[in-house]
Amino acid sequence: MSEITPDLVRHLAGLSRILVTDEEVERFTEQLSLIVDSVAKVNEALAGVDVPATSHPIPMANVFREDIVEPSLTQEQALSGAPDSGEGRFRVAAILDEE
Amino acid sequence: MSELIRKNASELVELLKSGQVSSVELTKAHLDRSAAVDQDVHSYLYQNPETALAAAADIDRRRAAGEQLHELAGLPIAVKDNLTTTDAPTTSGSKILEGWIPPYDSTVVKKIRAAGLPILGKTNLDEFAMGSSTEFSAFGPSRNPWDLTRIPGGSGGGSSSVVASFQAPVAIGSDTGGSIRFPASVTGTVGNKPTYGAVSRYGLIALASSLDQVGPVSRNVLDSALIQDLIAGHDPHDSTSLPESLGSMADAARKLDVKGMRIGVIKELMGEGFQPGVMNRFKESINLLQQAGAEIVEVSCPNFEYAIAAYYLILPAEASSNLAKFDSVRFGLRVAPEGNPTIERVMAATREAGFGPEVKRRIILGTYALSSGSYEHFYGAALKVRTLIQRDFAAAFEKADVLISPTAPTTAFKIGEKLEDPLAMYLNDIATIPANLAGIPGMSIPNGLADEDGLPTGIQLLAPARADARLYQVGAALEKMHEDIWGKRMIDFAPELEVRS
Repeated sequence: MSEITPDLVRHLAGLSRILVTDEEVERFTEQLSLIVDSVAKVNEALAGVDVPATSHPIPMANVFREDIVEPSLTQEQALSGAPDSGEGRFRVAAILDEE
Repeated sequence: MSELIRKNASELVELLKSGQVSSVELTKAHLDRSAAVDQDVHSYLYQNPETALAAAADIDRRRAAGEQLHELAGLPIAVKDNLTTTDAPTTSGSKILEGWIPPYDSTVVKKIRAAGLPILGKTNLDEFAMGSSTEFSAFGPSRNPWDLTRIPGGSGGGSSSVVASFQAPVAIGSDTGGSIRFPASVTGTVGNKPTYGAVSRYGLIALASSLDQVGPVSRNVLDSALIQDLIAGHDPHDSTSLPESLGSMADAARKLDVKGMRIGVIKELMGEGFQPGVMNRFKESINLLQQAGAEIVEVSCPNFEYAIAAYYLILPAEASSNLAKFDSVRFGLRVAPEGNPTIERVMAATREAGFGPEVKRRIILGTYALSSGSYEHFYGAALKVRTLIQRDFAAAFEKADVLISPTAPTTAFKIGEKLEDPLAMYLNDIATIPANLAGIPGMSIPNGLADEDGLPTGIQLLAPARADARLYQVGAALEKMHEDIWGKRMIDFAPELEVRS
């Protein structure tokens, strides 16, 4: 059995910056337990074999292009999708807590 | 229904060139079709008839002026809504991006515009392409034109249903674990996931960057070839883009010859868990290929058994990182809790309100797979299994030029049937996932109707990396053999949709 508990789901959701309801915690705990038990199967494939990891399907290295300035987004374009902006910047809520 | 919109894209292109039909006429015919059926099928998340008709009128004017145009100029096309477009909202099927107008066009869309193909609209998908049915779209599911109570496959169910319901001759999809091929299989259409890096991902809203690939969707193999030839090619804006050309897919699709080709049947992708009707049609196609002079060999890929497990670790890990950019700051939704919240609380409230259940599940799973303590046991192990799967393919391609399997274990299931059972939903992609893990190209073409339910089945063709042309060669040859036997195209078996006035 996997180690997925309601507290772990709450912790992982916190790390993922997702507020979750109690109902979601209950449902995700149940579903993620089953999924984690199932995906742990990858280790069976590796019993007695030692192979390198593959992170990228087509190996490529040192991908460069000529260092030529190309047109980029204007400040206005870059801010065009922002929920809030002002004085040419993204405007956000307080970064630090009061306490 | 106008007979015009039933035609293959390759025929429409000839009619446009010879002036027998104008792009405005053709575009209008498809927009009319959408007005008549899309309330039921729900392929589109967004359509703007004015911009589509303006693009069509521009091509007609340039053609009349004698300008040298791209061979596909004037052919209307639909685009999956995870590719950025500056003149249409791009949502990726998520509430968190509802109404977002991107400040730049994806490279694929740029190529489409440069060649003069009017864009009919943006097609539906599971939220951020996470799903096999479009039921996880925040804007409601698309429906299968063969049976409106069933799923059109996912994540690209908008693009599969749009061509299957004759609302567009061709469409663009994206495939991370089968999102082009599974929808093609269950809607009696054609879809290809090119070799990783063959088509630029610039402006494709990323799901899992080492697996995602953009590709064509159509009702005919040659039509997909024409679209792949249009959208493929090196892009300096995508560092994973292949520098070399893979050649002409259209030329390959016109060969119609499989003599002497070695075709490998993957032992692990048949039998148990596969619907009898799917297997019957698959075996018939093996016989057809053999009769046409191909050499059939059996190959074994023992590590495919672990592919789904590896995929559901690698994908969530990459997705949890890619989706961190939806932070309520630069684009999309912002939800502020009451009081005087910090940005961290605003982010968490925004992501709670903006993401649906499957996206949350996968982000949390990915965060877990990458967390210290489980990294080696999960993510690290999955990356090693990826190596084993690549080696299985390498060994199989020693014996065969092309591999084949059923595209999916079953025909289209009912809407709602697997919604609350993630593991059952994940099994739909059992045959398609290995290609993404290995970066190789994979195509699904129509393979007849299953005996037990009369619904479409698909056959998958796989080739080594960069050998996409082989898929078009074998795919078009098999398609021709089928059409000779059936006396019509697979899509011509689809029932007529009820039309609204």
